[in-house]
Amino acid sequence: MTTLDLRTAVAGALHRVAPEADLDQVAPDADLREAFELDSMDFLTFIEELYSRTGIDVPERDYPLVTTLERCVSYLASRSGPAPTR
Amino acid sequence: MPSLGADMDAGTVVEWRVGPGDEVHRGDIVAVVDTDKADIEIESFDAGVVQRILVPVGVRVPVGAPLAELGGGMPVAVPPVPTTPVAAIGAPVAAAPEPAAALAEPPAAIAEPPTLVPAPDSATISPVLRRLATHLGVDLATVAGTGPGGRVTREDVESAAAAPATAVAAAPSTRSGEHTGMRSAIAALMSRSAREIPHYHVTTQIDVTTAMRWVERANLDRAVTDRILPIALILKATAVAARQAPELNGLWIDGGFHPAERVHLGIATSLRNGGLVAPALHDVDTKDGASVMRELRDLVGRARAGRLRSSEMADPTMTVTNLGEQGVDAVYGLIYPPQVALVGFGRIADRPWAANGMLGVRPVLTATLAADHRATDGMRGARFLGLIDHLLQEPDQL
Repeated sequence: MTTLDLRTAVAGALHRVAPEADLDQVAPDADLREAFELDSMDFLTFIEELYSRTGIDVPERDYPLVTTLERCVSYLASRSGPAPTR
Repeated sequence: MPSLGADMDAGTVVEWRVGPGDEVHRGDIVAVVDTDKADIEIESFDAGVVQRILVPVGVRVPVGAPLAELGGGMPVAVPPVPTTPVAAIGAPVAAAPEPAAALAEPPAAIAEPPTLVPAPDSATISPVLRRLATHLGVDLATVAGTGPGGRVTREDVESAAAAPATAVAAAPSTRSGEHTGMRSAIAALMSRSAREIPHYHVTTQIDVTTAMRWVERANLDRAVTDRILPIALILKATAVAARQAPELNGLWIDGGFHPAERVHLGIATSLRNGGLVAPALHDVDTKDGASVMRELRDLVGRARAGRLRSSEMADPTMTVTNLGEQGVDAVYGLIYPPQVALVGFGRIADRPWAANGMLGVRPVLTATLAADHRATDGMRGARFLGLIDHLLQEPDQL
Protein backbone atom coordinates (compact mmCIF):
# COMPACT_ATOMS: atom_id res chain seq x y z
CA MET A 1 0.00 0.00 0.00
CA THR A 2 1.22 3.50 -0.75
CA THR A 3 1.40 6.26 1.80
CA LEU A 4 -1.65 7.76 0.21
CA ASP A 5 -3.56 4.47 0.51
CA LEU A 6 -2.62 4.28 4.15
CA ARG A 7 -3.66 7.84 4.79
CA THR A 8 -7.00 7.09 3.15
CA ALA A 9 -7.35 4.00 5.35
CA VAL A 10 -6.64 6.03 8.49
CA ALA A 11 -9.13 8.70 7.46
CA GLY A 12 -11.75 6.05 6.72
CA ALA A 13 -11.18 4.29 10.03
CA LEU A 14 -11.40 7.57 11.88
CA HIS A 15 -14.56 8.51 10.07
CA ARG A 16 -16.23 5.38 11.43
CA VAL A 17 -15.68 6.38 15.05
CA ALA A 18 -15.98 10.14 14.67
CA PRO A 19 -18.14 10.87 11.63
CA GLU A 20 -17.54 14.60 11.99
CA ALA A 21 -13.77 14.14 12.00
CA ASP A 22 -11.89 16.03 9.32
CA LEU A 23 -8.26 15.04 9.11
CA ASP A 24 -7.41 18.14 7.11
CA GLN A 25 -8.29 20.21 10.14
CA VAL A 26 -5.68 18.69 12.42
CA ALA A 27 -1.92 18.92 12.48
CA PRO A 28 -0.16 15.69 11.41
CA ASP A 29 1.38 15.46 14.87
CA ALA A 30 -1.81 16.15 16.83
CA ASP A 31 -3.04 13.41 19.13
CA LEU A 32 -6.08 11.94 17.37
CA ARG A 33 -7.70 10.95 20.65
CA GLU A 34 -7.59 14.51 21.89
CA ALA A 35 -8.40 16.16 18.59
CA PHE A 36 -11.51 14.04 18.04
CA GLU A 37 -12.39 13.24 21.67
CA LEU A 38 -11.99 9.51 21.25
CA ASP A 39 -12.44 7.39 24.34
CA SER A 40 -10.74 4.04 24.72
CA MET A 41 -13.68 2.27 23.15
CA ASP A 42 -13.61 4.59 20.14
CA PHE A 43 -9.89 4.01 19.89
CA LEU A 44 -10.36 0.25 19.94
CA THR A 45 -12.89 0.58 17.14
CA PHE A 46 -10.38 2.73 15.26
CA ILE A 47 -7.76 -0.03 15.61
CA GLU A 48 -10.30 -2.58 14.45
CA GLU A 49 -11.20 -0.46 11.44
CA LEU A 50 -7.52 -0.09 10.57
CA TYR A 51 -7.27 -3.85 10.62
CA SER A 52 -10.24 -4.34 8.33
CA ARG A 53 -8.88 -1.77 5.89
CA THR A 54 -5.19 -2.69 5.87
CA GLY A 55 -5.02 -6.21 7.31
CA ILE A 56 -2.59 -4.87 9.90
CA ASP A 57 -3.42 -5.83 13.47
CA VAL A 58 -1.92 -3.20 15.79
CA PRO A 59 -1.14 -4.95 19.08
CA GLU A 60 -1.98 -3.14 22.30
CA ARG A 61 1.65 -2.41 23.11
CA ASP A 62 1.94 -0.48 19.84
CA TYR A 63 -1.03 1.80 20.49
CA PRO A 64 1.28 4.68 21.45
CA LEU A 65 2.79 4.43 17.96
CA VAL A 66 -0.46 5.17 16.16
CA THR A 67 -1.84 8.12 18.10
CA THR A 68 -1.12 10.81 15.50
CA LEU A 69 -1.83 10.79 11.78
CA GLU A 70 1.85 11.06 10.93
CA ARG A 71 2.95 8.29 13.25
CA CYS A 72 0.02 6.10 12.37
CA VAL A 73 0.76 6.22 8.65
CA SER A 74 4.46 5.55 9.09
CA TYR A 75 3.74 2.74 11.55
CA LEU A 76 1.35 1.09 9.10
CA ALA A 77 3.89 1.59 6.30
CA SER A 78 6.57 -0.14 8.35
CA ARG A 79 4.20 -3.03 9.02
CA SER A 80 2.91 -3.38 5.48
CA GLY A 81 6.27 -4.53 4.15
CA PRO A 82 8.80 -2.74 1.95
CA ALA A 83 7.40 0.18 0.04
CA PRO A 84 6.81 -0.57 -3.65
CA THR A 85 9.76 0.60 -5.72
CA ARG A 86 8.29 3.29 -7.92
CA MET B 1 -46.44 3.19 25.61
CA PRO B 2 -43.82 1.68 27.87
CA SER B 3 -41.99 3.77 30.42
CA LEU B 4 -38.46 4.02 29.10
CA GLY B 5 -36.96 5.38 32.27
CA ALA B 6 -38.19 7.39 35.21
CA ASP B 7 -37.80 10.62 33.30
CA MET B 8 -40.34 9.74 30.63
CA ASP B 9 -44.05 10.52 30.83
CA ALA B 10 -45.01 10.43 27.16
CA GLY B 11 -43.65 9.36 23.80
CA THR B 12 -44.34 9.80 20.10
CA VAL B 13 -44.54 6.85 17.74
CA VAL B 14 -42.22 7.64 14.85
CA GLU B 15 -42.34 4.31 13.06
CA TRP B 16 -44.31 1.07 13.04
CA ARG B 17 -42.33 -2.03 12.15
CA VAL B 18 -45.39 -4.25 12.15
CA GLY B 19 -48.92 -3.96 10.86
CA PRO B 20 -52.23 -5.74 11.38
CA GLY B 21 -51.95 -9.44 10.59
CA ASP B 22 -48.27 -9.62 11.49
CA GLU B 23 -47.25 -12.22 14.01
CA VAL B 24 -44.98 -10.92 16.74
CA HIS B 25 -42.97 -12.70 19.38
CA ARG B 26 -42.08 -11.47 22.81
CA GLY B 27 -39.05 -9.21 22.42
CA ASP B 28 -39.57 -8.48 18.71
CA ILE B 29 -39.10 -4.86 17.81
CA VAL B 30 -42.51 -3.56 16.80
CA ALA B 31 -42.14 0.20 16.72
CA VAL B 32 -39.80 3.12 17.23
CA VAL B 33 -40.73 5.74 19.79
CA ASP B 34 -39.30 9.21 20.20
CA THR B 35 -38.85 10.06 23.86
CA ASP B 36 -37.44 13.42 24.76
CA LYS B 37 -34.02 11.85 24.85
CA ALA B 38 -33.74 9.52 21.92
CA ASP B 39 -35.49 7.26 19.43
CA ILE B 40 -36.01 3.92 21.11
CA GLU B 41 -36.90 0.59 19.51
CA ILE B 42 -39.92 -0.83 21.29
CA GLU B 43 -39.94 -4.56 21.99
CA SER B 44 -43.21 -6.41 22.28
CA PHE B 45 -44.20 -7.45 25.81
CA ASP B 46 -46.18 -10.31 24.42
CA ALA B 47 -46.63 -12.72 21.57
CA GLY B 48 -49.57 -12.80 19.20
CA VAL B 49 -50.95 -11.40 16.00
CA VAL B 50 -51.35 -7.68 15.56
CA GLN B 51 -55.07 -6.92 15.38
CA ARG B 52 -55.04 -3.17 15.34
CA ILE B 53 -52.59 -0.29 15.54
CA LEU B 54 -54.03 2.11 18.10
CA VAL B 55 -51.51 4.94 17.95
CA PRO B 56 -50.55 6.19 14.51
CA VAL B 57 -47.17 7.55 13.56
CA GLY B 58 -46.64 11.10 14.72
CA VAL B 59 -48.97 10.94 17.69
CA ARG B 60 -47.74 11.54 21.21
CA VAL B 61 -49.36 9.53 23.98
CA PRO B 62 -48.74 9.24 27.72
CA VAL B 63 -46.91 6.30 29.28
CA GLY B 64 -49.33 3.44 29.81
CA ALA B 65 -51.46 4.09 26.75
CA PRO B 66 -51.90 0.94 24.64
CA LEU B 67 -50.08 1.18 21.29
CA ALA B 68 -51.56 -1.79 19.48
CA GLU B 69 -53.83 -4.74 20.06
CA LEU B 70 -52.46 -8.26 19.94
CA GLY B 71 -54.56 -11.38 19.60
CA GLY B 72 -54.02 -15.13 19.41
CA GLY B 73 -54.45 -17.28 16.32
CA MET B 74 -52.47 -17.48 13.15
CA PRO B 75 -52.17 -14.67 10.67
CA VAL B 76 -54.19 -15.16 7.53
CA ALA B 77 -52.60 -14.80 4.10
CA VAL B 78 -49.64 -12.93 5.50
CA PRO B 79 -46.10 -13.95 4.70
CA PRO B 80 -44.03 -15.15 7.65
CA VAL B 81 -42.78 -12.31 9.81
CA PRO B 82 -39.03 -11.93 9.77
CA THR B 83 -37.79 -13.02 13.16
CA THR B 84 -34.69 -10.91 13.35
CA PRO B 85 -35.01 -7.18 13.96
CA VAL B 86 -32.38 -6.54 11.32
CA ALA B 87 -34.42 -8.25 8.65
CA ALA B 88 -37.52 -6.42 9.77
CA ILE B 89 -36.02 -2.99 9.34
CA GLY B 90 -36.03 -2.90 5.60
CA ALA B 91 -39.09 -5.04 5.07
CA PRO B 92 -42.16 -3.18 3.99
CA VAL B 93 -45.23 -3.91 6.03
CA ALA B 94 -47.08 -6.41 3.91
CA ALA B 95 -50.74 -7.03 3.38
CA ALA B 96 -52.03 -4.57 5.93
CA PRO B 97 -55.81 -4.24 5.74
CA GLU B 98 -57.11 -0.82 4.70
CA PRO B 99 -57.82 0.73 8.09
CA ALA B 100 -54.17 0.44 9.03
CA ALA B 101 -52.63 0.95 5.64
CA ALA B 102 -52.29 4.65 6.16
CA LEU B 103 -50.81 4.14 9.60
CA ALA B 104 -48.05 1.80 8.60
CA GLU B 105 -45.87 4.38 6.96
CA PRO B 106 -42.92 3.09 4.95
CA PRO B 107 -39.58 3.74 6.67
CA ALA B 108 -38.94 6.61 4.29
CA ALA B 109 -41.42 8.66 6.27
CA ILE B 110 -39.43 8.52 9.50
CA ALA B 111 -37.30 11.50 8.83
CA GLU B 112 -40.26 13.71 8.22
CA PRO B 113 -41.52 15.79 11.10
CA PRO B 114 -44.71 14.50 12.69
CA THR B 115 -46.51 17.67 11.66
CA LEU B 116 -47.00 16.05 8.27
CA VAL B 117 -49.09 13.34 9.86
CA PRO B 118 -52.27 14.84 11.22
CA ALA B 119 -53.67 13.45 14.44
CA PRO B 120 -56.79 11.46 13.74
CA ASP B 121 -58.94 13.72 15.88
CA SER B 122 -57.51 16.93 14.51
CA ALA B 123 -60.89 17.73 13.01
CA THR B 124 -62.30 18.03 16.50
CA ILE B 125 -59.85 20.72 17.57
CA SER B 126 -61.48 24.13 17.56
CA PRO B 127 -60.07 26.97 15.48
CA VAL B 128 -59.42 28.87 18.72
CA LEU B 129 -57.19 26.09 19.97
CA ARG B 130 -55.48 25.87 16.60
CA ARG B 131 -54.64 29.55 16.71
CA LEU B 132 -53.45 29.21 20.29
CA ALA B 133 -51.28 26.25 19.33
CA THR B 134 -49.79 28.12 16.39
CA HIS B 135 -49.21 31.14 18.58
CA LEU B 136 -47.44 29.06 21.25
CA GLY B 137 -45.52 27.04 18.70
CA VAL B 138 -47.15 23.78 19.74
CA ASP B 139 -47.55 20.96 17.23
CA LEU B 140 -51.06 19.63 17.80
CA ALA B 141 -50.13 16.25 16.36
CA THR B 142 -47.84 15.65 19.32
CA VAL B 143 -50.24 16.78 22.03
CA ALA B 144 -51.93 14.01 23.98
CA GLY B 145 -55.54 14.97 24.55
CA THR B 146 -56.95 14.63 28.06
CA GLY B 147 -60.46 15.88 27.27
CA PRO B 148 -63.51 13.72 26.55
CA GLY B 149 -62.70 11.06 24.01
CA GLY B 150 -59.05 12.00 24.06
CA ARG B 151 -59.83 15.45 22.74
CA VAL B 152 -57.13 18.07 23.02
CA THR B 153 -58.06 20.80 25.51
CA ARG B 154 -56.77 24.31 26.08
CA GLU B 155 -54.87 23.03 29.14
CA ASP B 156 -53.21 20.38 27.01
CA VAL B 157 -51.98 22.96 24.55
CA GLU B 158 -50.80 25.29 27.29
CA SER B 159 -48.98 22.59 29.20
CA ALA B 160 -47.43 21.37 25.96
CA ALA B 161 -46.17 24.89 25.39
CA ALA B 162 -44.90 25.13 28.95
CA ALA B 163 -42.92 21.91 28.69
CA PRO B 164 -40.01 22.62 26.37
CA ALA B 165 -39.46 18.93 25.85
CA THR B 166 -42.89 18.52 24.33
CA ALA B 167 -42.43 21.29 21.85
CA VAL B 168 -39.06 19.88 20.96
CA ALA B 169 -40.50 16.46 20.27
CA ALA B 170 -42.35 18.05 17.40
CA ALA B 171 -39.10 18.64 15.59
CA PRO B 172 -36.95 15.58 16.17
CA SER B 173 -35.02 16.11 12.99
CA THR B 174 -33.14 19.15 14.20
CA ARG B 175 -29.95 18.56 16.08
CA SER B 176 -30.32 21.54 18.41
CA GLY B 177 -33.84 20.35 19.16
CA GLU B 178 -32.50 17.01 20.34
CA HIS B 179 -30.14 18.86 22.61
CA THR B 180 -32.91 20.81 24.25
CA GLY B 181 -35.16 17.80 24.72
CA MET B 182 -32.28 15.78 26.06
CA ARG B 183 -31.22 18.60 28.37
CA SER B 184 -34.66 19.05 29.87
CA ALA B 185 -35.10 15.30 30.31
CA ILE B 186 -31.80 15.13 32.18
CA ALA B 187 -32.73 18.24 34.14
CA ALA B 188 -36.04 16.73 35.25
CA LEU B 189 -34.53 13.41 36.25
CA MET B 190 -31.54 14.81 38.10
CA SER B 191 -33.68 17.40 39.90
CA ARG B 192 -35.88 14.58 41.08
CA SER B 193 -32.81 12.64 42.19
CA ALA B 194 -31.43 15.56 44.18
CA ARG B 195 -34.85 16.41 45.61
CA GLU B 196 -36.03 12.94 46.61
CA ILE B 197 -32.99 10.82 47.28
CA PRO B 198 -30.95 11.31 50.45
CA HIS B 199 -27.57 10.46 48.97
CA TYR B 200 -24.53 9.28 50.82
CA HIS B 201 -21.16 8.76 49.19
CA VAL B 202 -18.32 6.43 50.02
CA THR B 203 -15.11 6.08 48.10
CA THR B 204 -12.11 3.81 47.95
CA GLN B 205 -8.86 3.47 46.05
CA ILE B 206 -8.22 0.17 44.35
CA ASP B 207 -4.83 -1.15 43.31
CA VAL B 208 -5.49 -2.54 39.83
CA THR B 209 -2.01 -3.90 39.08
CA THR B 210 -3.26 -7.47 38.86
CA ALA B 211 -6.35 -6.53 36.88
CA MET B 212 -4.39 -4.48 34.36
CA ARG B 213 -1.86 -7.24 33.90
CA TRP B 214 -4.66 -9.73 33.42
CA VAL B 215 -6.24 -7.60 30.69
CA GLU B 216 -2.89 -7.07 29.00
CA ARG B 217 -2.15 -10.78 29.01
CA ALA B 218 -5.61 -11.68 27.80
CA ASN B 219 -5.28 -9.27 24.88
CA LEU B 220 -1.96 -10.72 23.75
CA ASP B 221 -3.68 -13.77 22.35
CA ARG B 222 -6.73 -12.00 21.05
CA ALA B 223 -7.54 -10.77 17.58
CA VAL B 224 -8.28 -7.10 17.48
CA THR B 225 -12.00 -7.82 17.36
CA ASP B 226 -11.90 -9.72 20.66
CA ARG B 227 -9.74 -7.36 22.65
CA ILE B 228 -11.07 -6.14 25.96
CA LEU B 229 -10.63 -2.92 27.89
CA PRO B 230 -10.17 -2.72 31.65
CA ILE B 231 -13.69 -1.32 31.97
CA ALA B 232 -15.12 -4.72 30.96
CA LEU B 233 -13.42 -6.36 33.92
CA ILE B 234 -14.41 -3.50 36.20
CA LEU B 235 -18.06 -3.80 35.14
CA LYS B 236 -17.96 -7.53 35.72
CA ALA B 237 -16.55 -7.03 39.22
CA THR B 238 -19.20 -4.41 39.95
CA ALA B 239 -21.99 -6.73 38.82
CA VAL B 240 -20.73 -9.68 40.84
CA ALA B 241 -20.44 -7.41 43.88
CA ALA B 242 -23.98 -6.14 43.21
CA ARG B 243 -25.32 -9.68 43.23
CA GLN B 244 -23.75 -10.14 46.64
CA ALA B 245 -25.18 -6.83 47.88
CA PRO B 246 -28.84 -7.15 46.87
CA GLU B 247 -29.79 -4.11 48.99
CA LEU B 248 -28.00 -1.91 46.46
CA ASN B 249 -29.29 -3.59 43.31
CA GLY B 250 -32.91 -2.70 42.73
CA LEU B 251 -35.50 0.04 42.75
CA TRP B 252 -37.06 2.31 45.38
CA ILE B 253 -40.74 2.52 44.53
CA ASP B 254 -43.64 3.83 46.62
CA GLY B 255 -41.69 4.16 49.82
CA GLY B 256 -40.09 0.74 49.72
CA PHE B 257 -37.10 -1.05 48.26
CA HIS B 258 -37.65 -3.73 45.67
CA PRO B 259 -34.54 -5.82 45.11
CA ALA B 260 -33.91 -6.89 41.53
CA GLU B 261 -33.43 -10.55 40.73
CA ARG B 262 -30.88 -9.88 38.03
CA VAL B 263 -28.05 -7.41 37.62
CA HIS B 264 -28.57 -5.01 34.72
CA LEU B 265 -25.95 -2.30 34.86
CA GLY B 266 -26.99 1.06 33.43
CA ILE B 267 -24.01 2.36 31.46
CA ALA B 268 -23.82 6.15 31.56
CA THR B 269 -22.94 6.94 27.96
CA SER B 270 -22.13 10.37 26.64
CA LEU B 271 -23.34 11.00 23.12
CA ARG B 272 -21.03 12.52 20.58
CA ASN B 273 -23.27 15.49 19.93
CA GLY B 274 -23.90 16.10 23.62
CA GLY B 275 -26.28 14.53 26.06
CA LEU B 276 -26.27 11.43 28.17
CA VAL B 277 -28.13 8.13 28.27
CA ALA B 278 -27.69 5.19 30.64
CA PRO B 279 -29.03 2.05 28.94
CA ALA B 280 -28.79 -1.36 30.56
CA LEU B 281 -26.14 -3.96 29.95
CA HIS B 282 -28.03 -7.10 30.86
CA ASP B 283 -26.96 -9.84 33.32
CA VAL B 284 -23.39 -8.59 33.53
CA ASP B 285 -22.68 -10.81 36.55
CA THR B 286 -23.20 -13.96 34.50
CA LYS B 287 -21.00 -13.10 31.53
CA ASP B 288 -17.27 -13.39 30.96
CA GLY B 289 -15.06 -10.39 30.26
CA ALA B 290 -15.04 -10.89 26.49
CA SER B 291 -18.84 -11.07 26.32
CA VAL B 292 -19.20 -8.02 28.55
CA MET B 293 -16.82 -6.16 26.27
CA ARG B 294 -18.60 -7.22 23.11
CA GLU B 295 -22.02 -6.27 24.46
CA LEU B 296 -20.71 -3.03 25.90
CA ARG B 297 -19.36 -1.96 22.54
CA ASP B 298 -22.59 -2.93 20.85
CA LEU B 299 -24.63 -1.02 23.44
CA VAL B 300 -22.51 2.13 23.35
CA GLY B 301 -22.45 2.02 19.56
CA ARG B 302 -26.22 1.77 19.37
CA ALA B 303 -26.68 4.43 22.05
CA ARG B 304 -24.61 6.83 19.99
CA ALA B 305 -26.42 5.87 16.80
CA GLY B 306 -29.79 6.36 18.52
CA ARG B 307 -30.79 2.71 18.21
CA LEU B 308 -31.48 1.59 21.76
CA ARG B 309 -34.17 -0.92 22.66
CA SER B 310 -36.98 -0.40 25.11
CA SER B 311 -35.78 -3.04 27.57
CA GLU B 312 -32.37 -1.40 27.72
CA MET B 313 -33.93 1.94 28.62
CA ALA B 314 -36.36 0.58 31.13
CA ASP B 315 -34.61 -1.93 33.29
CA PRO B 316 -31.20 -0.94 34.67
CA THR B 317 -30.95 -2.00 38.31
CA MET B 318 -27.84 0.03 39.18
CA THR B 319 -25.84 2.52 37.13
CA VAL B 320 -22.13 2.80 36.45
CA THR B 321 -20.46 5.98 35.29
CA ASN B 322 -16.88 6.01 34.15
CA LEU B 323 -15.34 9.42 33.72
CA GLY B 324 -11.77 8.25 34.01
CA GLU B 325 -11.14 8.90 30.35
CA GLN B 326 -11.86 12.55 30.92
CA GLY B 327 -8.99 12.63 33.36
CA VAL B 328 -10.88 13.02 36.63
CA ASP B 329 -9.83 11.05 39.67
CA ALA B 330 -13.26 10.36 41.10
CA VAL B 331 -16.96 10.77 40.31
CA TYR B 332 -19.50 11.70 42.97
CA GLY B 333 -22.68 11.08 41.05
CA LEU B 334 -26.41 11.48 41.41
CA ILE B 335 -28.46 8.30 41.42
CA TYR B 336 -30.86 7.60 38.55
CA PRO B 337 -34.26 7.29 40.22
CA PRO B 338 -35.80 4.90 41.06
CA GLN B 339 -32.48 3.07 41.39
CA VAL B 340 -30.70 3.23 44.72
CA ALA B 341 -27.04 3.14 43.75
CA LEU B 342 -24.63 4.60 41.24
CA VAL B 343 -21.00 3.57 41.02
CA GLY B 344 -18.50 6.06 39.67
CA PHE B 345 -15.03 5.23 38.39
CA GLY B 346 -12.28 7.74 37.84
CA ARG B 347 -9.14 7.29 35.84
CA ILE B 348 -6.57 4.60 36.37
CA ALA B 349 -3.41 6.47 37.25
CA ASP B 350 0.03 5.50 38.48
CA ARG B 351 0.31 6.54 42.13
CA PRO B 352 2.61 5.98 45.08
CA TRP B 353 1.20 3.00 46.92
CA ALA B 354 2.20 1.45 50.18
CA ALA B 355 1.93 -2.33 50.39
CA ASN B 356 3.65 -4.80 52.69
CA GLY B 357 5.59 -1.96 54.30
CA MET B 358 7.04 -0.90 50.97
CA LEU B 359 6.32 2.15 48.89
CA GLY B 360 5.88 1.48 45.19
CA VAL B 361 4.17 2.87 42.13
CA ARG B 362 0.94 1.13 41.16
CA PRO B 363 -1.95 1.77 38.78
CA VAL B 364 -4.76 2.92 41.03
CA LEU B 365 -8.48 3.32 40.38
CA THR B 366 -10.81 5.40 42.54
CA ALA B 367 -14.28 3.91 42.94
CA THR B 368 -17.11 5.93 44.44
CA LEU B 369 -20.54 4.75 45.43
CA ALA B 370 -23.51 7.09 45.57
CA ALA B 371 -26.27 5.29 47.43
CA ASP B 372 -29.78 5.99 48.64
CA HIS B 373 -29.75 6.30 52.43
CA ARG B 374 -33.38 5.22 52.57
CA ALA B 375 -32.37 1.81 51.23
CA THR B 376 -28.95 1.25 52.79
CA ASP B 377 -26.46 2.69 55.27
CA GLY B 378 -22.85 3.63 54.74
CA MET B 379 -21.64 0.36 56.20
CA ARG B 380 -23.29 -1.63 53.43
CA GLY B 381 -21.99 0.75 50.81
CA ALA B 382 -18.47 0.50 52.18
CA ARG B 383 -18.63 -3.29 52.09
CA PHE B 384 -19.82 -3.18 48.51
CA LEU B 385 -16.81 -1.13 47.39
CA GLY B 386 -14.56 -3.45 49.39
CA LEU B 387 -16.06 -6.34 47.47
CA ILE B 388 -15.30 -4.74 44.11
CA ASP B 389 -11.72 -4.22 45.27
CA HIS B 390 -11.45 -7.82 46.39
CA LEU B 391 -12.86 -9.15 43.11
CA LEU B 392 -10.47 -7.07 41.03
CA GLN B 393 -7.54 -8.62 42.87
CA GLU B 394 -8.53 -12.03 41.50
CA PRO B 395 -9.53 -11.47 37.89
CA ASP B 396 -9.21 -15.16 37.10
CA GLN B 397 -12.15 -15.85 39.39
CA LEU B 398 -14.39 -13.38 37.60
